[in-house]
Amino acid sequence: MKRSKTPRLAGWGRLPRPGRAVLSEDLRRITEGAALTRGLGRSYGDSALPPPGVEEIPVSVLADRILAFDPESGWLRAEAGLSLQTLNRLMLPRGFWPPVVPGTHFVTLGGMVASDVHGKNHHVDGTFGRHVQALLMRLADDRLVECSPRVQPDLFHATLGGMGLTGHILEVEFTLRRVPSPWILGQTERVADIDEFVVKLRQAASEWPYTVGWIDCLSTGKRLGRGALICGRWATAQEAPSRFPKPKRPLSVPFVFPRWALSRPAVRAFNELYFRRYSRRKRRAIVHPESFFHPLDAIHHWNRIYGPRGFTQYQCVLPEGERPGAARRFLNELTRIGGASFLCVIKDCWAEGTGLLSFPRPGISIAVDLPVTDGTQRLVDALNDLVLSEGGRIYLTKDAFTRPEHFKAMEPRLAAFEAARDRWDPERRLASAQSARIFGDVVGKAGRGETEPAKSNTKETVQ
Amino acid sequence: MRVAFLGATKGMGRALARRMAERGDRLFLLGRSPEELERSARDLEARGGAEAGSVGTAPCDLLAPESFAPALAAAEGQLGGLDTVVVTAGLFASQEALEEDTQRRADLLMANFTGTVLFCEEARPRLLADGGGTLCVFSSVAGERGRKPVVLYGASKAGLSAYLEGLDHKFRAAGLVTVCVKPGFVKTGMTAGLDPPPFAGEPEGVATQVLKAIDTGRPVVYAPPMWRWVMLVIRGLPRAVMRRIGF
Repeated sequence: MKRSKTPRLAGWGRLPRPGRAVLSEDLRRITEGAALTRGLGRSYGDSALPPPGVEEIPVSVLADRILAFDPESGWLRAEAGLSLQTLNRLMLPRGFWPPVVPGTHFVTLGGMVASDVHGKNHHVDGTFGRHVQALLMRLADDRLVECSPRVQPDLFHATLGGMGLTGHILEVEFTLRRVPSPWILGQTERVADIDEFVVKLRQAASEWPYTVGWIDCLSTGKRLGRGALICGRWATAQEAPSRFPKPKRPLSVPFVFPRWALSRPAVRAFNELYFRRYSRRKRRAIVHPESFFHPLDAIHHWNRIYGPRGFTQYQCVLPEGERPGAARRFLNELTRIGGASFLCVIKDCWAEGTGLLSFPRPGISIAVDLPVTDGTQRLVDALNDLVLSEGGRIYLTKDAFTRPEHFKAMEPRLAAFEAARDRWDPERRLASAQSARIFGDVVGKAGRGETEPAKSNTKETVQ
Repeated sequence: MRVAFLGATKGMGRALARRMAERGDRLFLLGRSPEELERSARDLEARGGAEAGSVGTAPCDLLAPESFAPALAAAEGQLGGLDTVVVTAGLFASQEALEEDTQRRADLLMANFTGTVLFCEEARPRLLADGGGTLCVFSSVAGERGRKPVVLYGASKAGLSAYLEGLDHKFRAAGLVTVCVKPGFVKTGMTAGLDPPPFAGEPEGVATQVLKAIDTGRPVVYAPPMWRWVMLVIRGLPRAVMRRIGF
């Protein structure tokens, strides 16, 4: 057996850092003294990577037991490493679906809480955190604590969207919903430009529980922000086929694409074809739930298409209330500075969640994938300047480039979050590569007086 | 199928037990930690869509042979007889760790060989009395050849494999089918921290293979299947070569 070189970990954007994953079914044991827990590693940037100086972080994926399930109500309690894919594979045949699912099913329940994920139904159901009933956590001082909206509510709300920085999430409790059939009734239509998109998303929100839009980011001028609006709801038993939707067999990107594969002409051609798939008129069809909720999961390792340097996703939410046209201004800026994006997703967000750092707020959310180049930092800085001037904010789960001063200016809630951390982790034993970058965390810095704080922090994991 | 399962809380055992639960087999879990057993039992019930409390548990420790009879009796009692007994439990430690630690060495040899064999001996008459059944036990490819990195672990598994083969020869005609599983490197909590070699397997894949072997009565399973050919080569290597290489 070969010894590998320096072990490295990366987020979905494939920007690696030194670090080693520690796996065990016994999440309680491996989180003792640890700085951060990682799940399936689907956050794009550096939020699930160890902070500088920490060599190992526990990974939750083997801690994936369902601890209790009530087949009448759908109430469930499970270990935090349970993946959404497994949960849905088990529960959809029994007529249950989570109240909120993100765009991929390769996430753990713990990750869904830490990112306070939102989905196509954000306009009706808010974020996942709204539906979480209780959490079991390992705190920075190694205590095990149960929290909920009523028990230790400050810890609970700081943990929703708290990027794992308030404690290790060990168990998650929430209630699945009954669905009338395992199929989706979907409706698609072309949208001519960005202004029409904002209007149509708002209209669709009152008619459909699930809505999202795809934007052709390379179109400019009169076609700026053209794309397709995708709406859906669960099909009724009468509408749905009698057979059960079989799990999809995924394809896989077998190797890292060369850089020219996503050149501007290639993306333009793809977007043109993709746009033409959709009709000008509204079209309805019965759709497989996996295709509807998690279309990209059909292609394993799709992150390899962005080439050897990896990619980042920029996702922001822009208030549309006081100064309409924010989405247009964003796309104009993106086009102006040349952020050609293969994938661009638009979604209207409604009420803000209770999570202290939860991403969504009322407005329009736009997510674009950006291949990493020498200009990526400059691009992200320019977009952040614009988001800041619009009063919007970015999604930490996607981020790898935002500067601390930008984030702090966007986030008036940060003081409350840091106050919660002061209470539950005054010594800042919990940290990630992202929190070191944005919040300036140095593991064990506050008052421990150790010369090698990081080492002492990881040693305790093995007992 | 009514199954008594020693080792269902972790690794390949957990994956196999889940596969069984999902297809409707009735399970009874044996193991060391009552709390872990209970948590796994609830998981298997939820996954199988079975009633809460339908998966029973009893304490059983490969280092404590006196626990075997009561544990198997409890399983028989709850399930109304046994069709299959599965043992995936066992200990693992690196050769260096075992050379340094006398107690750990004794425990590993006791659990993997003597304990497992005595457990099977306790299960054997119970299965035969019930008209026969299947005894499925996890050994390892490490038992195929004496090798530097697994001298002690390999020896314990070599003995176990030999026992299981003998058992299969002697009792198959009477209705007792023995399935000896020889996993190669499989990515579980037990092997976490080791660098996976080529052909490393996933617990779910192993579970599928093993369940098929139990259903068809196949006596030896290499998992993943590629290890059958890897070990064929290793078994054929001259001693002089084995002595030189680190494998």
